[in-house]
Amino acid sequence: MQQAQTLYEKLWSSHVVREEADGTALIYIDRHLVHEVTSPQAFEGLKLAGRTPWRTGSIVATADHNTPTDHWDEGIKDPVSRQQVETLDANIRAVGALAYFPFKDERQGIVHVIGPENGATLPGMTVVCGDSHTSTHGAFGCLAHGIGTSEVEHVLATQCLLQKRSKTLLISVDGTLAPGVSAKDVALAIIGHIGTAGGTGYAIEFGGSAIRGLSMEGRMTLCNMAIEAGARAGMVAVDEVTINYLKGRPYAPDGAAWDQAVAYWRTLHSDPGARFDKGVNIDAATIRPQVTWGTSPEMVTDLDGAVPDPAAVSDPVKREGMSRALAYMGLAAGTPIKRIAVDRVFIGSCTNSRIEDLRVAAEVARGRHKADSVKQVLVVPGSGLVKRQAEAEGLDKVFVAAGFEWREPGCSMCLAMNADRLEPGERCASTSNRNFEGRQGAGGRTHLVSPALAAAAAIAGHFADVGELN
Amino acid sequence: MRAFTQLDGLVAPLDRANVDTDAIIPKQFLKSIQRSGFGPNLFDEWRYLDQGAPGKDNAGRPLNPDFVLNQPRYAGAQILLTRDNFGCGSSREHAPWALDDYGFRALVGSSFADIFFNNCFKNGVLPICLPAEVIDRLFAACLATEGYRLSIDLAAQQVCEPDGTAHAFEVDPFRKECLLNGWDDIGLTLRHADEIRAFEAARKAAHPYYFR
Repeated sequence: MQQAQTLYEKLWSSHVVREEADGTALIYIDRHLVHEVTSPQAFEGLKLAGRTPWRTGSIVATADHNTPTDHWDEGIKDPVSRQQVETLDANIRAVGALAYFPFKDERQGIVHVIGPENGATLPGMTVVCGDSHTSTHGAFGCLAHGIGTSEVEHVLATQCLLQKRSKTLLISVDGTLAPGVSAKDVALAIIGHIGTAGGTGYAIEFGGSAIRGLSMEGRMTLCNMAIEAGARAGMVAVDEVTINYLKGRPYAPDGAAWDQAVAYWRTLHSDPGARFDKGVNIDAATIRPQVTWGTSPEMVTDLDGAVPDPAAVSDPVKREGMSRALAYMGLAAGTPIKRIAVDRVFIGSCTNSRIEDLRVAAEVARGRHKADSVKQVLVVPGSGLVKRQAEAEGLDKVFVAAGFEWREPGCSMCLAMNADRLEPGERCASTSNRNFEGRQGAGGRTHLVSPALAAAAAIAGHFADVGELN
Repeated sequence: MRAFTQLDGLVAPLDRANVDTDAIIPKQFLKSIQRSGFGPNLFDEWRYLDQGAPGKDNAGRPLNPDFVLNQPRYAGAQILLTRDNFGCGSSREHAPWALDDYGFRALVGSSFADIFFNNCFKNGVLPICLPAEVIDRLFAACLATEGYRLSIDLAAQQVCEPDGTAHAFEVDPFRKECLLNGWDDIGLTLRHADEIRAFEAARKAAHPYYFR
């Protein structure tokens, strides 16, 4: 009888082309997602070496990081951004792709939103992209992770990556999540628990009844932030939720091929008794809505909590890091989280810009209005398809009535490569994934939260319980 | 790729944990379509007092005198001493490109983030992991000693302090070989093109739905 395998081991072993004695393996890549920021040097390198792409049918490309989220009729004003987007255009048009959703295309959007929603991300695949949040696609029972530009070139040229097997970490979240606690809160609570390097060297599988109870959108949010826990790849086993999500999507198989695929996909779970290198158990009922207070995603606490005191920490490097974070964030130890006022709110990013996220935010905003003290509330859908779906449901009108701005899709203020950014010193409640110094604009201060808490902060002007809003 | 064999270099200490790739090279510089020229904007937000932008002349910008790399004693440093989880966050290879373009050839720290660690090897930059207590000692020695240098021997897998104290480090044999010889991964992989083709054909036969 075959030994019980983890999901990661099944995905890994089904992609090994060859393995050296030292464990370095050549891994076959099924899906290569490409965007404008990390690909130009790879295409250039390929050209200079006189090489051609191995299998352009594996490529799904879009422009997302640089693209503006308003005044699309005016094109991309920043000439440097425009050149990068035009370079992607020229490269993809020259080599071809399975799918290309250029700037302004109706299916354009954040690369980690468009892959799944078009059925281009399928269970059992290896999925890579020159973007660390490629871990998102692990929600479908894929082996998915970010790569650097040299590896983008390597995949273009060889359809493979050189890798070593990761260790395996099972994070089990069992029980029932309290009302108002979302996948984002689970992700932040996990990072708070294991730290931003807790998953380094591991591929994380998220399991347990609370994870099985999440929608695909929720699972994507969770796997998206595996990288914030230090793990390149996060994944969730395939179940009926996965299969139901994919049925009928444009690039998903149909007919007999669908039945054949589904039969295989149902095997993509860790076998009973499979051994993981490490395990972490979390009781779902203990997770409260989360808010980060510092400049690393592990600097996180409950909405009902307070900014911690560095003086209480004995490790000098950690203490110094906390003090520096509080100075950067302009926060005093002991400040209740709910007393922290925000200047701007950002609802979007590959973490939280899918239709479910927008529905939750709209529910909070419905019939209410943003606080006068809040300068701007940006709602940036993850893709053109998400945008149209939201508009069909009337969510855009709810947002606009609440004084929120309804924008075009893209990465936007998650990393502020386009015009959407914080000014120095401004404080933002953001549904994105990184609260690093300067991430949302030089000198900007980011607090990571769920869509519900972001919308609540927009209404109250400070962090607040949805249930406590007027 | 440039080979890495031995290095005797001046050390600069960056004494903070969780240094992310956004800090190493801020997003606005990622709009470049080149691989070079990122050095002047390495650690831009910490290094300068004003805001940097692509195309801006960096020569006239006000420097932050408190930032370690602006101290004259660390001018010309080739080895960066770092803390836990260096290079976390974004997968941008612009981070090792910027470190390399600035002049760093090796990083010595207690731990590195996975993707960044991997990206360094693709660019001839050697990241070396040593135990946290050794790193503590090196920080103390580097701060106490002007002109503090370390020598690194990749073939021997050793970092040597000026007094001769040697620290062994681990390195993946395949990566070591590539670095020592300056080998290009793609060329190596393409030697197995027939195997890749055979694998691909078998996978397509078993799972045609991945190949539409």
